[in-house]
Amino acid sequence: MPGRSSDKSITRRLRHRLPVRVWHWVNLWCLIVLLLSGLQIFNAHPALYWGSASSFDAPWLEMYAMRAADGSINGMTALGPWQFTTTGVLGYSGESVGGFPAWATLPSYQFLSMGRLWHFFFAWLFAISGALFALYALLSGHFRRNFWLDGRDWRALGQDVIHHLKLRFHDHADKYNGLQKLSYLSVVFLALPLMIVTGLCMSPTINAAAPWLLDLFGGRQSARSLHFITAFSLVLFAVVHMVMVLLSNPLRQLRGMITGHMPRESSSSDPESPS
Amino acid sequence: MSRRPPSEPSLTRRALLQRTLLGAAALGLVGCDRLSENDAIIQLIGSAETLNLKAQRLLAGRESLAVEYPASMISPVFRPNGTVDPQTALYRQLAAYDFTDWRLTVDGLVQTPLELSLETLRGMPSRTQITRHDCVEGWSAIGQWSGPVLGDILEQAGVHASARYVVFHCMDQLDGEHDYYESIDMVEAFHPQTLLAHSLNGEPLPVGNGAPLRLRVERQLGYKMAKYLKGITLVEHFDDIQGGRGGYWEDRGYTWYAGI
Repeated sequence: MPGRSSDKSITRRLRHRLPVRVWHWVNLWCLIVLLLSGLQIFNAHPALYWGSASSFDAPWLEMYAMRAADGSINGMTALGPWQFTTTGVLGYSGESVGGFPAWATLPSYQFLSMGRLWHFFFAWLFAISGALFALYALLSGHFRRNFWLDGRDWRALGQDVIHHLKLRFHDHADKYNGLQKLSYLSVVFLALPLMIVTGLCMSPTINAAAPWLLDLFGGRQSARSLHFITAFSLVLFAVVHMVMVLLSNPLRQLRGMITGHMPRESSSSDPESPS
Repeated sequence: MSRRPPSEPSLTRRALLQRTLLGAAALGLVGCDRLSENDAIIQLIGSAETLNLKAQRLLAGRESLAVEYPASMISPVFRPNGTVDPQTALYRQLAAYDFTDWRLTVDGLVQTPLELSLETLRGMPSRTQITRHDCVEGWSAIGQWSGPVLGDILEQAGVHASARYVVFHCMDQLDGEHDYYESIDMVEAFHPQTLLAHSLNGEPLPVGNGAPLRLRVERQLGYKMAKYLKGITLVEHFDDIQGGRGGYWEDRGYTWYAGI
């Protein structure tokens, strides 16, 4: 069983090893800055398209402002054929026209060039720390030990989904369940790399260096859309991740990710295995 | 907890928490805005520009070509951006006579300074390419551009070995005060797709898209591609031109390298 061993050395007893903890928090800050500066960049042209070029009359997502009959200004969001009034949040907020509101962008006011500086600096930090972590996780056996799904995990996946839907969570101190493994694996090996690659696919120089990337994603505007969608799937992951932590002894979990140690619960004699 | 007189409503734990969170959020926002105004921070996060330039040059090399598209993919309307109808006296006058009096000057660190009329430029061997134009704002449009390759004109003028940048002077003023200008380095200047375009989609360049002549630098973003050209100067440095950062938007905070 992963991590369960008679070896009582300190490293074996750590819930999370140092590289995991350092990357977790570095990554969190990178993603926050990347999200906020990314929304700043999005706000320069708050519309998304499929294909190579922008079909200005037919974006699949667009945020804009519209003057109502009574003279007031409404923020609007169009998603495909549907239109929603989103005044105060999207399209028009804080008496200014734009996509996302000031509290969701970096800097808070419209400042595309500065948003780009933040975005690219933190993109490098994110890419380098992510690559180092992926390398560590593969070479140290972190993924094989704690995240590799065995036959039993796959068979129990349906059960996991049902339990999660019923909001019944086990405090699985010794082992991640299949659903957890799958979500962590897809974030680290799918969503995060996809953010980098779709981001690079928006660069005209990278397009010249690797035109096949454009073919892979279906054109630059498609890559921009996928960059946006993947970013929000990561936001969704972060929300679910935080809800899960809050529902399962948050202070203990937080302590585990900061110090590496997790105090044992009185009723449990599980070792603090996933390392 | 300090004691309060009974008349004053006590701060409940929930209210305290709410206020703390709101305060922290407000502080965070103000903090980020402050950081964006701090020169040392701007310099630090701006250092990624050098990294972008070096990494992208390594990956793309000197010669890699921008993707060229089939005619069927040309955008129905090529969206003009920035200045779309220059109001400077010089431009109005030249436009009134269909740019017959207009000349493109090539000077600076060259052996033979040139003065080229639109007729001369149209008569030169030209390249036609259907490429995608990417605005820094995020949108893209596809158009067919024709015009002489910049490298051919530079060779005709004979570039001095000390020249490091090509500066493009324009006839439009976005702020009504400063001429638009741009600069590229020799790698981009001698790239086979770097054109001085006089035509868009087979027609003479419309005013909105930069008539009579505009630059195409296909591996970079739209703001590098100066419109309404009047002169080209080869220089060693651009420190003494306007704001000293190599371009109108660069002087206003945008990065000089616009490959991403």
